[in-house]
Amino acid sequence: MLLEIDDVSLLYGRIQALHGISLQVDEGEIVALIGANGAGKSTTMRAISGIRPVAGGRILFNGEDITKLRADLRVRRGLCQAPEGRGIFPGMTVLENLDMGAYTRRDRAGIAQDLDRVLNLFPRLAERRKQPGGTLSGGEQQMLAVGRALMSRPKLLLLDEPSMGLAPMLIQQIFTIITEINEQGTTVLLVEQNAQQALARAHRAYVLETGRIVKSGTGEELLHDPSVKDAYLGVA
Amino acid sequence: MTTVLEKVRAGREAAGERWRGAPRWVRWVLLAAVIAFFYALPNKEFYQWLGPIPTTGSNFGQVLFMMSIYVLLAVGLNIVVGFAGLLDLGYFGFFAVGAYTVAVLTSPSSDLKTVWPWLTVLPIGVALALVSGVLLGLPTLRLRGDYLAIVTLGFAEMIRLTATSAGFLRGQRGFNQIPHPPGEHADGTPIFGVLDARPYYWLVLTLIILVVLGVRNLTRSRVGRAWISIREDEDAAQLMGVPTFKFKLWAFASGAAIGGLAGVLFAGKQNFVNNQSFELLNSIIILAAVILGGSGNILGAIVGGGLAYYLIERFRGVELFGIELYEYRFMFFGLCLIVMMIYRPQGLIANRRRAAEFKDRRKEVIVGG
Repeated sequence: MLLEIDDVSLLYGRIQALHGISLQVDEGEIVALIGANGAGKSTTMRAISGIRPVAGGRILFNGEDITKLRADLRVRRGLCQAPEGRGIFPGMTVLENLDMGAYTRRDRAGIAQDLDRVLNLFPRLAERRKQPGGTLSGGEQQMLAVGRALMSRPKLLLLDEPSMGLAPMLIQQIFTIITEINEQGTTVLLVEQNAQQALARAHRAYVLETGRIVKSGTGEELLHDPSVKDAYLGVA
Repeated sequence: MTTVLEKVRAGREAAGERWRGAPRWVRWVLLAAVIAFFYALPNKEFYQWLGPIPTTGSNFGQVLFMMSIYVLLAVGLNIVVGFAGLLDLGYFGFFAVGAYTVAVLTSPSSDLKTVWPWLTVLPIGVALALVSGVLLGLPTLRLRGDYLAIVTLGFAEMIRLTATSAGFLRGQRGFNQIPHPPGEHADGTPIFGVLDARPYYWLVLTLIILVVLGVRNLTRSRVGRAWISIREDEDAAQLMGVPTFKFKLWAFASGAAIGGLAGVLFAGKQNFVNNQSFELLNSIIILAAVILGGSGNILGAIVGGGLAYYLIERFRGVELFGIELYEYRFMFFGLCLIVMMIYRPQGLIANRRRAAEFKDRRKEVIVGG
């Protein structure tokens, strides 16, 4: 098991955002976390990447307890998150942004190789390599965030709402790329509001409601689950 | 109005392009010429040809010395505010730490009676400022934005009030007979005397060049990249594996050390230090200087620091319709700042990155609104 979250709870001040969440991610999987706005999806991501401290429970990565580990040290262990929305460095060029992704690494040859790989995955980024990140369109910024996370050569890639605010065409495209990344050997945990796409692509998925996991199963199962259909897929 | 501004902007961008495009040797020659100009500046034989530039109401050498101190302070604060993006309102506190270290350890009026030479105390003053930067940073750098500004503001006030009320810091009576830097001319007279401010100016100028070289190298290293990433998006920086707290502390400490150095130099020139030299206003002026010049840009900080002090001092002895303009100097300075913030929020010499960040933030505001 690559990632194991055991009974994790998290507080924002006095408000409890997560009520004892448990989930697992195996090596080689794409696992999706779906749920409505405010269900705690992004919060779960923050707990895993270490941006927010947890109030209780344990997080195991690669067999090691990382519950109390600082966020930047988790990156060194191979856990990298592409933050939601506009989490890129607006003043840095595309190349500088990607370079920041490799901040924890010192193997120049490997970095150059990964840069080629990312620019191949996202030809748009290659075209705009000298442009400041802030001048990119929403979709391009999203791609940059994913590409930048890949530059750390993570064992587990955390994607927070990769399709947020994108046109349907781009959503397709970004999910195709996520599948491609996974086929190249990176395990992916993604948080999505776009349940349809996420469930279709994911091996397994969890449904989150008000800080609790209420359902889990394979992507296929949940895609056909009546209650999930009702609540998240927008079909009666 | 806008067309003029655009023309100016285009002109400046072209100048930037030309500078970057020029061959290496051209840049070196130009840079050498600029440095030579500033070394020559305090000599009357030189500045008498410069028309209205020299100050009329006060000794130009003295003004240049204070300008150089402000430049040094601005370069130091620029690391904190410009590179790491931490709003520090109490930066002058570190200057005070440097100056008071010199005063306490060298002056015969100090209770300690150590009366060490100035040069011995120089590293101690810088080190103490650095340590106080770390001590202030450890608990406060977990705060962000406005909170940090408030805490640092409190720090500067604490230093000032301690200087006023703690017995051994002698309040307004202060410390006198603080020794000058060492060195003698061939004829045995000291290089660093009481009347002539020029040697001090040259000393600070030389140190500025060294500090700028150091800072420039630092900002082009992994440290600099980490600072810029923290400034642009602290969460994202952490998600990329940057130990943000450590690097913020680093920025704070190196800025503090430079502030302390400026304080040590100031005390070595002044001969006398008391609590009157550390008003809150100075912290604000330095911060304004960094923003005026273009925060995040070393050249901007240099220009801003020099200009801020010069602009204020230039009004001394100038009368218009029988009104002494010096009385209104801060009003003019404030007006300058307001106009700047409206038309050029990124500062006189903008940093390419910084400009993009500003645009990005504006976009965010529109999206949010």
